[in-house]
Amino acid sequence: MTSAILEERKDQIHRTGQGDIDIACNRESLAGAVSQRACVFCGSRVVLYPIADALHLVHGPIGCAVYTWDIRGSLSSGPELHRMSFSTDLQEVDVIFGGEKKLEAALDELIDRHSPKAAFVYSTCIVGIIGDDLEAVCRKMTEKKGIPVLPVMSEGFKGSKREGYLAACKAMFKLVGTEDVSDVSPISVNILGDFNLAGEIWIVREYFRRMGVEVVANITGDGRVKDVGRSHGAALNLVQCSGATLDLAKMIKEKYGKPFIRVSYLGIEDMAESLYQVADFFKDIDPNIVQRTQDLVKDELSKLMPEIARYRKDLEGKKVAMYVGGSFKAFSLLKAFRHLGMKVVMVGSQTGTKEDYAELAQIADPGTILVDDANPLELSAFIKEKDVDVFVGGVKERPIAFKMGVGFCDHNHERKEALEGFEGMLNFAREIHSSVMSPVWSFVPRRSNRISKIIKEAGNE
Amino acid sequence: MSKVKNKVEKANFVSTTNACKLCTPLGASLAFRGVEGAIPFQHGSQGCSTYMRRYIISHFREPVDIASSALGEKNAIYGGGPNLKKGILNVMKKYDPLLIGIATTCLTETIGDDVPRILFEFRQEFGDLKLPELVSVSSPSYNGTHMDGWHGAVCSLVEQLCTEQAEKDDSVNILPNMISCEDIRELRDICERFEVEATILPDISETLDAPALEDYVKIPTGGTPIKSIKKMSGASATIEFGRCLADKTGGVALEKKFGVKNHRIGIPMGLRETDALFDTLEEVTGTPTPRRYELERGRLIDAYVDGHKYVFGKRAIVYGEEDLVTGLCSFLSEIGVEVVLAGTGARGKGLEKAIADATEGVARKMPIVREGVDFHDIADEAEELKADLMIGHSKGYKYAKAWNIPLIRVGFPIHDRFGGQRILHIGYRGALSLFDKIVNAVLEKKQSDSNIGYGYL
Ligand code: SF4
Ligand code: SF4
Repeated sequence: MTSAILEERKDQIHRTGQGDIDIACNRESLAGAVSQRACVFCGSRVVLYPIADALHLVHGPIGCAVYTWDIRGSLSSGPELHRMSFSTDLQEVDVIFGGEKKLEAALDELIDRHSPKAAFVYSTCIVGIIGDDLEAVCRKMTEKKGIPVLPVMSEGFKGSKREGYLAACKAMFKLVGTEDVSDVSPISVNILGDFNLAGEIWIVREYFRRMGVEVVANITGDGRVKDVGRSHGAALNLVQCSGATLDLAKMIKEKYGKPFIRVSYLGIEDMAESLYQVADFFKDIDPNIVQRTQDLVKDELSKLMPEIARYRKDLEGKKVAMYVGGSFKAFSLLKAFRHLGMKVVMVGSQTGTKEDYAELAQIADPGTILVDDANPLELSAFIKEKDVDVFVGGVKERPIAFKMGVGFCDHNHERKEALEGFEGMLNFAREIHSSVMSPVWSFVPRRSNRISKIIKEAGNE
Repeated sequence: MSKVKNKVEKANFVSTTNACKLCTPLGASLAFRGVEGAIPFQHGSQGCSTYMRRYIISHFREPVDIASSALGEKNAIYGGGPNLKKGILNVMKKYDPLLIGIATTCLTETIGDDVPRILFEFRQEFGDLKLPELVSVSSPSYNGTHMDGWHGAVCSLVEQLCTEQAEKDDSVNILPNMISCEDIRELRDICERFEVEATILPDISETLDAPALEDYVKIPTGGTPIKSIKKMSGASATIEFGRCLADKTGGVALEKKFGVKNHRIGIPMGLRETDALFDTLEEVTGTPTPRRYELERGRLIDAYVDGHKYVFGKRAIVYGEEDLVTGLCSFLSEIGVEVVLAGTGARGKGLEKAIADATEGVARKMPIVREGVDFHDIADEAEELKADLMIGHSKGYKYAKAWNIPLIRVGFPIHDRFGGQRILHIGYRGALSLFDKIVNAVLEKKQSDSNIGYGYL
């Protein structure tokens, strides 16, 4: 049998406890390897998509737009323009003669029809090849329509998702500083890198409200163009997740001198820790904030912990594998699983960095498999090797787990359950519990064979 | 003048909002998945294949491995040949496939990669290895839809694998168009009961709807055997489903090159189109239709009678792939549902004529037929159309919800319901299950709209 791991990929896999970690990453996906990764365009789309009052026009042939139509669970409390799929749907003539005219006409038509507050124009692979001058068209349309029309240079082949994040941040940064900030409170933050999946941002915002912190802009979940425009007024930027909006925070820091900290709203410790960090930041201007935050955390935990304990009883000792987009999330998840008494045996990521993996190696148990940019064959081999009970990943990983008779929890951009905050932790525990404890696993071939084997062995004695 | 009339003259479209079609390599990859031991391979950048896999997985809920040549910036400029070759080698190493089905994407078509030439070189360079079959199809998305990719892949499979005259036998070839896994199983049953050996190409019934397994299999079992494809030239006839097919298809190619008579019929949806299938099967096999189907047919008519009042005169909007839409129109016309708008995202497929032919003598009125529509166009007309029902894939949900009318989910993709791959559309049983669904949707709406809530309807 051929091995699941290609020679060229061996250095992208590491087992903790077996020598120094020097994992190769940030590499182009290998041809023919059935990578789980997407493209630059995907990265930009993920980040900008939730801005709900902007027009998101994909300049390219139809596929790129169609496959990203409303696939995220990003909710909006108001306009829902983001849930539509707009494309210039390039045809052969456009590919031959260029698509600029069509792009212009499309913007004209769509901006009149929907009156968005801004328009993002995403370039896709073939636009890069045919050489349409997106910037020029956007400049012209900005003038003509009186709203910002922003090119997002996201040709798919120019790297991986990460480059897409940067392209998105660059586009957004053009909006920052365009609105008045005179009424912004000195105790204020921007929430960066949260996409309001299943309304998660509303949970987090509620905590800040209780702490007395104003949230100026959600970037980008439940996002608004105007809020991005005044985001430079916030005293502090909170950046969640490893990479998506970090660049924007850096740009704001550089130009407007506003600091940022990295936070996570997943799991008990990280959620509490993040709130404390914010309280700490503002305690000089508002000394009572620390107490308020402590009360909040205490209050939430007293509600949460007894419930968690009930789930923990069932879940103790079960084994988890996870494959996530950015590896930052993996840290939080690892800790969250410890609260449930579960063992994490594999952590993979699409776009982790060397530092991320090194840090992961530190907090993970010995023998944990760390893997960069995996594919179905590798993932299934690891699931089997570690005899995993539940797999955490995205839509593409789900059928791999299910086919092998392993529970699955969707923890991707497409999830429809709120998993952040203390409430989210409870949802998470519940979801993991229902993934692991369902009786269906006793019927799947992998388990039922084992059961019959045990019975057989018992009978032989 | 009504708005609807104006739309007829709607000139070149400018932008697309919520498209009613998918891109070409997706269709090709799906078709390749229906061949034994095959793995689909997209020649382009990584994003396309990842997106399409995700999209397909959400419908079938099965692992769908599609390889990609994962072109980067340099390849995009200097040509993707080296990556394609390397990709094929890697796929061979890891998957050990019998066939690699290579579909080009917009990118590689635009940069002008000549895939047949690259494959020719590949075969020469690596002729000492045990090579899988390499079948390629040109599938730029800016030239068509996923259906063009599907039919193109089927045609390529036939042309590139069935190159010699096989010994004549009594088998038939069936090119079933893009139908569900359950449909293929139904088709297989029918052929078995006719006691005719059939090469159904492609056969996604197992490869995209496999049982729970102990281990992850690299390539699911099932699919049309390659050796059967190679023998298609010896079959007694080909039956291909579709009234909107191009001039050049797998069936046509077999007829031209090997004289295998090609019978082109519509997708067997509803009574008459299914009759056509059974008539054709009787003709090519010389076997009378088994009694079981006479019974099924009778039951279907019985149901039509029992339910006719609930659905007569109801106004439906139908959308999706051109041949599916034609099949639906044919079926709906039989039960007295008036199709007010029939739309497809494809262009230049002769949808209007296909519908006119399929509904001739039964439909009381032709629907407005639209090619190249998106959901925005459909919505634009919908208000005046005053539809009672929408019938199509699940991407119309948003609109059905807005208009507060039922959506009957058929075809691909079904992303917001469970069991899309198990929907039966074809044959008498398929018609019956569609009929039940439609009648029940009407009844349910009646019940929930009423403040009395009758228990007998
Ligand atoms: S570039 Fe073409 S092949 Fe790729 S997703 Fe877009 S439309 Fe489909
Ligand atoms: S064409 Fe390019 S931008 Fe579009 S999905 Fe494919 S890789 Fe991404």
